[in-house]
Amino acid sequence: MRTKATKQQILFIALAVSLVCSALVTISTILLRPIQETNQQHYMHLNILKVADLLQQDVAIEKQLQQLEMRLVELTSGRFYEIAQPETYDPRKAAKDPKQSIALSPEQDIAGIKRRALYAPVYLTRDDNNQINKIILPIHGYGLWSTLYGFIALQGDTTTAIGMRFYEHTETPGLGGEVDSTSWLKQWRGKRVFDTNWQPAIQLIKGGVDHNDPSAIHQVDALSGATLTNRGVENLLKFWLGDDGFGPFLARVRSSGGSL
Amino acid sequence: MSNRYSEVLTKPVFDSNPITIQVLGICSALAVTTSLKTTLIMCAAVIAVLMLSNTTVSIIRHHIPASIRIIIQMTIIASLVIVVDQFIKAYAFEMSKTLSVFVGLIITNCIIMGRAEAFAMHNPPGLSLLDGLGHGIGYSVVLIIVATLRELLGTGKLLGYTLMPSVFDGGWYYPNSMMLLAPSAFFIIGLLIWAQHSWKSHQADKD
Repeated sequence: MRTKATKQQILFIALAVSLVCSALVTISTILLRPIQETNQQHYMHLNILKVADLLQQDVAIEKQLQQLEMRLVELTSGRFYEIAQPETYDPRKAAKDPKQSIALSPEQDIAGIKRRALYAPVYLTRDDNNQINKIILPIHGYGLWSTLYGFIALQGDTTTAIGMRFYEHTETPGLGGEVDSTSWLKQWRGKRVFDTNWQPAIQLIKGGVDHNDPSAIHQVDALSGATLTNRGVENLLKFWLGDDGFGPFLARVRSSGGSL
Repeated sequence: MSNRYSEVLTKPVFDSNPITIQVLGICSALAVTTSLKTTLIMCAAVIAVLMLSNTTVSIIRHHIPASIRIIIQMTIIASLVIVVDQFIKAYAFEMSKTLSVFVGLIITNCIIMGRAEAFAMHNPPGLSLLDGLGHGIGYSVVLIIVATLRELLGTGKLLGYTLMPSVFDGGWYYPNSMMLLAPSAFFIIGLLIWAQHSWKSHQADKD
């Protein structure tokens, strides 16, 4: 093509191209981040409504969300924690702040999250008698590549699942990524998340659930080709429904008969 | 000279179509064509990346040392794809969920790298831009045909509008769900390649 470039020229061009390209990527990422965060937030809100079968078409999502009762729960005691504007509380930020979170010992940390915030938001709906009839809990834990963030919705009896879904993860598309597939998510409806001793009991079963087995009520088909994602989902549910998660709160809901 | 411009733009659409004649970019053609809407977004992304990468490579073509030209092209393409991906996440969020990794995989789409290396390295920016546009359109035409067939036969709908009411909604059409699986795209693309080769047989052989 042309005369051979010297080593200096090659290095210079390589450096210049890398610099220009990285600047381009950085600028576009920074400029677009606010819009992306709004989208992400909107998608999370959509998932809160969908997980509990509350989504109405033709009504703005933010408006529907305001109709839910949002409370903060102090996880260790299971009591409500009153602050002025609970919607401004950022649980992910809190989980990183040593003052607002606790470190989990390796035995406790089955969900692979290292630290747990002291407070967590919950969303509730009540029936006409002011009894809690739906409870939506945020859950997260490590799968294969990423932390999965999602929600589980329970009936007022605190054990019957209405649904479970994740709004953020980067599991392998087509394998672990199938945690988003509608047909898989459908199975969660009506499952009992606790056993008779009120211990978390959800299991993901490889090869499919035997519906004649009495314990099928606690079991969901595992995703094929996604052992570590399955294990992640099972463990994160065990953690968040257990004593270090929402266990104490759910116990209080039960003992109050739903009028908490 | 204007003849050259129009040739560069139109030739890849039919005569040397990147998918049916050059058989490049098949991976995304199989993966994203289950619905027309995702296909349109994907095509727009590919056209944008192709035009920009061809133009950029062409502008700096005299300064790219031959020994590192592939990696320079790759860096440019990868950066452009990341930028496009960021835009899709900002302005077409739901689509970005469906397209997931496939926008990122434009980086490895052979059409883009192939055009940068085969055309943009030896031609001025204006021509390279048109070459990128032409190949982008050639890619899109095939994808849109495949996606239209797959969505219509697979669901009876097109862009969300029901054209053939399915039996599940009380209509007459029984959706062929194989159309939504990857093998159907293989068959459709295979048939398209066959159709194109019999239509333009002398050219196909010559190329």
